[in-house]
Amino acid sequence: MHRLRIRLSPLNRRRWQQFRRNRRGWWSLWIFLVLFTLSLFAEFIANDKPLIVRFDGDFYFPVLVSYPETDFGGIFPTEADYRDAEVQSLIKAKGWMVWPPIPYSYQTINYDLPVPAPSPPSATNWLGTDDQGRDVLARLIYGFRVSVVFGLVLTVLSSFVGVAAGAIQGYFGGLTDLFGQRFIEIWSGLPVLYVLIIMSSFVAPSFWTLLVILLLFSWTQLVGVVRAEFLRVRNFDYVKAARALGVPDPVIMVRHALPNAMVATITFLPFVLSGSITALTSLDFLGFGMPPGAPSLGELLAQGKANLQAPWLGITAFLTLAIMLSLLVFIGEAARDAFDPRKTLQGAES
Amino acid sequence: MSGGALLQIRDLSVAFGRGTGATRVVDRVSLEIDAGETLAVVGESGSGKSVTALSVLRLLPYPNASHPTGSIRFRGDEILTAGRDRLQRLRGGEVGMIFQEPMTSLNPLHNVEKQIAEALRIHHGLDRAAARRRIVELLELVRLPDAERRLKSYPHELSGGQRQRVMIAMALANDPELLIADEPTTALDVTIQAEILDLLADLKSRLGMAMMFISHDLNVVRRVADRVAVMHNGEVVEHGSAEEVFERPRHEYTRALLAAEPSGQPEPAPRDGGPVLETENLRVWFPIKGGLLQRTLDNVRAVDGVSLSVGRGETLGVVGESGSGKTTLGMALLRLQRATGAIRFDGRDISTLKPKALRPLRRGMQIVFQDPYGSLSPRMSVEEIVAEGLDVHRLADDETDRARRVAAALEEVGLDPTLARRYPHELSGGQRQRVAVARAVVLKPSLIVLDEPTSALDRSVQSQLVTLLRDLQARHQLAYLFISHDLTVVRAMSHRILVMKDGRIVETGEAQSLFRNPRHPYTRRLLAAAFGESADTLDESDSVII
Repeated sequence: MHRLRIRLSPLNRRRWQQFRRNRRGWWSLWIFLVLFTLSLFAEFIANDKPLIVRFDGDFYFPVLVSYPETDFGGIFPTEADYRDAEVQSLIKAKGWMVWPPIPYSYQTINYDLPVPAPSPPSATNWLGTDDQGRDVLARLIYGFRVSVVFGLVLTVLSSFVGVAAGAIQGYFGGLTDLFGQRFIEIWSGLPVLYVLIIMSSFVAPSFWTLLVILLLFSWTQLVGVVRAEFLRVRNFDYVKAARALGVPDPVIMVRHALPNAMVATITFLPFVLSGSITALTSLDFLGFGMPPGAPSLGELLAQGKANLQAPWLGITAFLTLAIMLSLLVFIGEAARDAFDPRKTLQGAES
Repeated sequence: MSGGALLQIRDLSVAFGRGTGATRVVDRVSLEIDAGETLAVVGESGSGKSVTALSVLRLLPYPNASHPTGSIRFRGDEILTAGRDRLQRLRGGEVGMIFQEPMTSLNPLHNVEKQIAEALRIHHGLDRAAARRRIVELLELVRLPDAERRLKSYPHELSGGQRQRVMIAMALANDPELLIADEPTTALDVTIQAEILDLLADLKSRLGMAMMFISHDLNVVRRVADRVAVMHNGEVVEHGSAEEVFERPRHEYTRALLAAEPSGQPEPAPRDGGPVLETENLRVWFPIKGGLLQRTLDNVRAVDGVSLSVGRGETLGVVGESGSGKTTLGMALLRLQRATGAIRFDGRDISTLKPKALRPLRRGMQIVFQDPYGSLSPRMSVEEIVAEGLDVHRLADDETDRARRVAAALEEVGLDPTLARRYPHELSGGQRQRVAVARAVVLKPSLIVLDEPTSALDRSVQSQLVTLLRDLQARHQLAYLFISHDLTVVRAMSHRILVMKDGRIVETGEAQSLFRNPRHPYTRRLLAAAFGESADTLDESDSVII
């Protein structure tokens, strides 16, 4: 914390204090960061490969390196299937192995279920399995990671495009602004979901193609606020002074105008992030999202809808989404408070 | 100290904040106002004069503000401990208040009738028709032209002077015995200022009310006050009749304040200078569009056919009231505003140059703005602000040279180079304006456009800045285009003067002769309003309608 203080300007330090003063947002941020960091190491938490194998005096790390079965005295030259009883007994004979807490990956099918899939929560599958016998908790962890990473990347890219578009419109004004605004009006009048469905039906869906398709429509969100801010700032005396100094327009935009727009932008970001996550989830739910087999919250929701007799599917997906989105909204609220000049100044007085 | 004073303030202190962080902004102030008398409270910004006035109506942000000591008695009643009902009767009833900024102190969503009716309804419970009769009467009292028709006007449809008249009408609505006027004319043009002051003096004598007049402007105070209290750092340092205080000031701060009036003259401009900036028939027209096809119906002629030239080492003062186009002219000359007409800078026509071709020339022409708070980026340190131009024009060889040039520029404008690491919000208004000047002079320009550089500053700071600007001019042969509505400052700065009205030049000439004997009636009116005599004393045939 100490190093952080030195780097921040006094204003930002006050904002940071104001952010911390909102206990709910502060806790939400921590919970979210812990969950997200854990999910980044999903391979070490939920995997169908052991973390460490000790075999014949050597250490093996199956999570990181792929070893053929022959290394352990097996028959096949393909990668060892550590869940196979044959392989397990081979390794046990000459050493030991350590499994991750959840011994399933998102695509591991548990073939020894006592009841037909989807099976209810049990000691082996803590949140039960889905209708293909895959562990729900494992899919949840991977699905959470994909959702958040997708949301973050989409947010960063769409704010980059949106801020640039808003900045150009607001700073230059006039015809640039006029045409830009009309274009955005028409563009955001398109029925987004249908266009997405049509496009994802003839583009092979993957993480990156979905990102591009969603980006086409999500960049418009920030244009309005940034444009308004630039329209205001371009008449400020210090911007005029910079023009009189001969500072080139792009530099003025970045150095003098952008910091003013950042407050509005940063306040908006958590909401853009939760919007992006919801967009991906709804596409997945409709079956136009991530490729089949990929872990995703939307797909889990769809399964819950298809298997009403297995309520753990729907409930798990619902709770995960509800908690994740609430955390983001709470963080967003705290960020908004932190950037609210009235509250920040109050904080300075007391 | 007679016991019969209308308002009696004894040992009043005001503190902001609580506990150890509390700061005392007013310290044991004692004042009193008799019925029918005008007391002027004079001081620079931060002296505690407005806070004192606001305490009379208990309008401070309590509980953040508090009164550690003192008492305020209005007609014998203690106000500091008065209950809600008593305060309600006081505010807008027995005591009326006028604020500085007429645009923000009127509700923009209410029309004139509604603004004034509010005060009437609360205190008298008048019905609609009676209230309207009273409102028209009040508007006529404050000499708002066309009172009846103005009832439905909204604040943005009125001029600054008209808005201030509405404010006064509101304050007078309930026949107050005391009128508190907090800088009532500061935001207005000089001629309007004079009219409002005349109006206040007239109302005071007709209605027999007492007035507490808060101002930083000694010229204004001299015209209205019976007695004067001078405040400095939260204390009353001198208190006496207007004549005494102005003629025989006892306290040294009062003397400093009286002497703070920018005075003197610039050193004569070099004769062999030759023009730095010339323009012929410069025009800035803003089209008014209308109709289905947005055709240009007419133009707002902000600058209309202005020709001028500024020589090396010379100051050309541009004088005019707000809306006369003087700021637009300054912007157009620096190509910060689109304009038509030739602009020659150092003999080269810059009016058609592309931004890229113009950039190297920008080094030679700089600008300093009015508002020292708005013209410096709050997110950059003083060093970054001053060095920005150096970076653009690649004037510094390396980091150390850059730091050296910044330090030299700061020293040149009378600032300690150690301020370089500070941020603008840590500096005073005068220091900020010096930073703005440093940002301009670090490039060693030949022309600086000074757009009302002193208007937002206290008098004593103004004259320091004027001295600084004159020094810089003499040292570097700078040419100034000095834009201002403040004739005192213009007289202290300019070699030649150009008077603008409605985008046109109405008079131009050598500064001294123009001040001594103005030819155009508008110039005479301006001078009369600025330097004391009432505009009425001028020959009737000379007056023009503004």
